[in-house]
Amino acid sequence: MGSIRERRAAEPVVLQQDAAMASGTQSACDDHARRQFFETEVERLMDRLYGMALRLTRNRTDAEDLVAEALAKAWAHLPSLHDLQCFEKWVFRILVNTFIGDRRRQAKAPCDLSVGQDDGHAFSLFEKVHQPFLLWWSNPEQQLLEKLRREDIERALDALPEVYRVVVIMVEVQGFSYAEVAETLSVPVGTVRSRLSRARALLQASLWRQAGQLGIAVGGSGGDVP
Amino acid sequence: MTATLSCEEVIGKLLEYLDRELDAAAQQEVERHLEACRGCFSRAEFERRLRARVAETGDVKAPESLRERVRTLVARY
Repeated sequence: MGSIRERRAAEPVVLQQDAAMASGTQSACDDHARRQFFETEVERLMDRLYGMALRLTRNRTDAEDLVAEALAKAWAHLPSLHDLQCFEKWVFRILVNTFIGDRRRQAKAPCDLSVGQDDGHAFSLFEKVHQPFLLWWSNPEQQLLEKLRREDIERALDALPEVYRVVVIMVEVQGFSYAEVAETLSVPVGTVRSRLSRARALLQASLWRQAGQLGIAVGGSGGDVP
Repeated sequence: MTATLSCEEVIGKLLEYLDRELDAAAQQEVERHLEACRGCFSRAEFERRLRARVAETGDVKAPESLRERVRTLVARY
């Protein structure tokens, strides 16, 4: 047994060892907590992530690959996410950016997401079918919405040029704000606004065309679609 | 006293109103107009319902194979 002085001299070493062990334990706890957090959040968001991927890729196999690739990136970079409250938006952004990156690589050329321009053209499905002088119980625009099937709407979305499809899916399907879309796509908010406007006009024109083909277009002013 | 918006102005702001992208004052102005104008209200309802139908297209169940793939990924790294 050493002197008091010897023991005191040894103490800092012991404390350093304890600190190292404690730090290791803390790190293990962090890893465990991070893993648990990730698994819980991914389980909660999985259907929505897959739903968004499916609308973006228009293909089940590609959608699965996209989600898996995005989640692999998210898992690898999770330690860099300082505010876990932001996880949901963060992981959806990774999904969209992974999709855009993949498309750019496949195209071996700049993706059309970087060059989309709005020509200001507008088309309104409501204006096509609404009849203001009908009696109150007649509602042709509502009838049209009821007759359109989910696959009709999916087809119209899938037919949108990518530059518009991405924006409308982010806003209407996933509820992103214009600012969040702008940040994700690295474009000004005004560009998001104009792309969204164009996307909606194209979507409604496509639905109107399908309604005509299915024979479910009701009332309205008729006319050609753009 | 705030100026009342015309139907044309409301239609111009309608999608941003539905997206909750207007500031609080503009949001209220549109709301006030919609409460008083049947035509614009009908249009707003139509756009709202169409948006809901579009949003529904994202409601899908992820396949179990994908869940398993992600579980394996997280377990491995």
